[in-house]
Amino acid sequence: MADLLNAFAIAGKAFFGFQAIFFALLAIGINVHFGYTGLLNFGQIAFAMLGGFGIAISVSQWGLPFWVGVIVGVLAAVVLALLLGLPTLRLRADYLAIVTIATAEGLRLVFRSVSATPVTGGTRGLSAFNRDFIALAPWDTGRRYDLLGTTWSGTELWVCTIGWILVALCSLLVWALMRSPWGRVVKAIREDEDAVRSLGKNVYAYKMQALVLGGIFGAFGGMVYAVGTGSAIPDQYQNANTFLAYAALILGGAARVLGPVIGSMLLLFILQFADTGLRSLIANGVIPSELLSSTDVAQLRYVLVGIGLMLLLVFRPQGIFGDRREVMLDAR
Amino acid sequence: MLVLLLAALGMAFATLVPGVAAAAEAGEQVRGTLQTSLSGPIEGVTVEVATPDGETVDTVQTGEDGRWEVDLPGPGQYVVSVDPDDLPEGVEVNGEPSRTVTVDSGRAQPVNIGLNDGSRNDGGGTIRAVQLFVDGLRFGLLIAMAAVGLSLIYGTTGLTNFAHGELVTIGAIAAWYINVQGGVPLIPAALLAMVVGGVVGALNELVIWRPLRRRGTGLIAALVVSIGLSLALRYGYQIFYGGFSNPYADYQGQRARDYGVFTLQDRDIASIVIAVVVLVLVALMLQRTKIGKAMRAVSDNRDLAASSGIDVNRVVLFVWVLGGALAALGGVLLGLSDQVQWDMGFRLLLLMFAGVTLGGLGTAYGALLGSLIVGVFVQMSTLVIPNDMKYVGGLLLLIVILVVRPQGILGSRARIG
Repeated sequence: MADLLNAFAIAGKAFFGFQAIFFALLAIGINVHFGYTGLLNFGQIAFAMLGGFGIAISVSQWGLPFWVGVIVGVLAAVVLALLLGLPTLRLRADYLAIVTIATAEGLRLVFRSVSATPVTGGTRGLSAFNRDFIALAPWDTGRRYDLLGTTWSGTELWVCTIGWILVALCSLLVWALMRSPWGRVVKAIREDEDAVRSLGKNVYAYKMQALVLGGIFGAFGGMVYAVGTGSAIPDQYQNANTFLAYAALILGGAARVLGPVIGSMLLLFILQFADTGLRSLIANGVIPSELLSSTDVAQLRYVLVGIGLMLLLVFRPQGIFGDRREVMLDAR
Repeated sequence: MLVLLLAALGMAFATLVPGVAAAAEAGEQVRGTLQTSLSGPIEGVTVEVATPDGETVDTVQTGEDGRWEVDLPGPGQYVVSVDPDDLPEGVEVNGEPSRTVTVDSGRAQPVNIGLNDGSRNDGGGTIRAVQLFVDGLRFGLLIAMAAVGLSLIYGTTGLTNFAHGELVTIGAIAAWYINVQGGVPLIPAALLAMVVGGVVGALNELVIWRPLRRRGTGLIAALVVSIGLSLALRYGYQIFYGGFSNPYADYQGQRARDYGVFTLQDRDIASIVIAVVVLVLVALMLQRTKIGKAMRAVSDNRDLAASSGIDVNRVVLFVWVLGGALAALGGVLLGLSDQVQWDMGFRLLLLMFAGVTLGGLGTAYGALLGSLIVGVFVQMSTLVIPNDMKYVGGLLLLIVILVVRPQGILGSRARIG
């Protein structure tokens, strides 16, 4: 019972932790792509990687100030979105899917390669770039704080505070945009591209704008993650994370402003609860270790996410808050 | 890289067979073999094993057969380094002379330290570009074998199957279990693995995709479902099979034969021959047999095929079985050259997509042609870019194709929307 309460507390922390912020920002970006515009971006993690490494490389390799690093990360994400969109946005949806997933994997391979090591730190990545940011915290970051039965370091608390403010601002922006004429055009593109084109709108340009915007949200997510962990390592940005963000978005409800945020919090809570719960069950011998060892638990969560994603799409594609009519699933 | 052959396929059959108790008694170990294809095994090279903090565990010299092994105090991370000064003249270590390995409890971890005996680069009969071209053909044929199914599935059902790489992996892993743990020779094991692949393909269709089509699930939804499936299967393999890469029990440690302008191991020749024969058979089947014609008909126009009396569901099921079996065989051949890994299929998937897109989505022959080009391109690209970035070259090719000719070489304009 104590284990269960403990697992619940740790999972409760995950509910608000910077990982939830990371996935929330990724999922907000995907929501703009997939939920509102109907673009299948399967390489969201590449935007996050550029965001994280934008700061890391600028600060620890080039010695630039932290805020310049943020701008570098955002610009890198914009350039990537343009490069991805240019060849694929005129084609059917799954071409963008193939190209984005390939680019995300390719970029990670480039960043971790031996020849990129002088810039990216190779497989070891970069660290020690978040001091300027942490120094801004109005409280003592060296201390630990107890909140609602969980312990937070001052640094974590500061990253999470700023992160959630960022999430709120991004959600507000999405909300405002989707009420604007721009949002109506984008949603119309999702419903019927040809109809929008026949009204004289430049569909290609709108799609490109949506791709850039969502990519910037993804880059912010990567920045929060890099600052939160204090390091940027290429292998942290595995493309499975893109699909975790998709799972979060679909769980919360696509094409809803708060869908991705709630979805990420819930997903992280469920994953952390399953993780801690399973580990304590294994430690107590309830699950025999031949069946499942504690090193397997980390993999098991991806299995669960995969199965969950399938079941959600088949049986409840609108997620918790979504509207089935608004979920773009039948187009080709 | 040419001649990097190839150290260390730790002779670990005994320890690979699990059985927790036996393994625990055996203790942890790192082991390997130092040899190149020209010099053969290299004797008397100092190998040092240390902890990541730099504390030396043991220092040994390779034996007459080039082998070395070091017993470890426990599982964990270790740094294995070779003293490059001990190597014979002209032989160099590829990259860093040390490797960091993670050793699991009770395991004898093989450590690969690639050696390059340099002679090939300056004459010796081998021209690097030709060698890479031949390697690329071999690799392209592997991609083609796996990609034919992907393309046919797309053509007959419209599904972009992101879980196709997992069919490749299941073939490789099934063959590994049958071969290494079951003690069956690799050739029958590969045939059994093809059966497994075919069955898994059929299950895919019968359990997931046919019911989904009947429910009227959209193609985008199906695509995301296939990603969920891929994620679940891939990490399921990692739990079941483990995170390391293992070789098959047979046909290891072959020396490369010199064919004048290039060198190849016998097993690579065999895999080229197998792939060519199988692909020719597939092409003949598509061209001559009734079911093959039906497959092309459904691929071309599903409704027209159905109204001319073709049982579309039966054809689709056949495509899945064929695609699964071919992918599994591709996986076995890939495992033979690159060892068996839990995510090998997923890494291949991106190149399969590149090949299929290049050739034209939905066409069987396009997949063949495109995959060959991608395979050759990926290998030949190492002439200009570093080896660890060669996959990136293939992915760049994919993007260039989409800009220049999005329908691919053999595809039709109407499909790309």
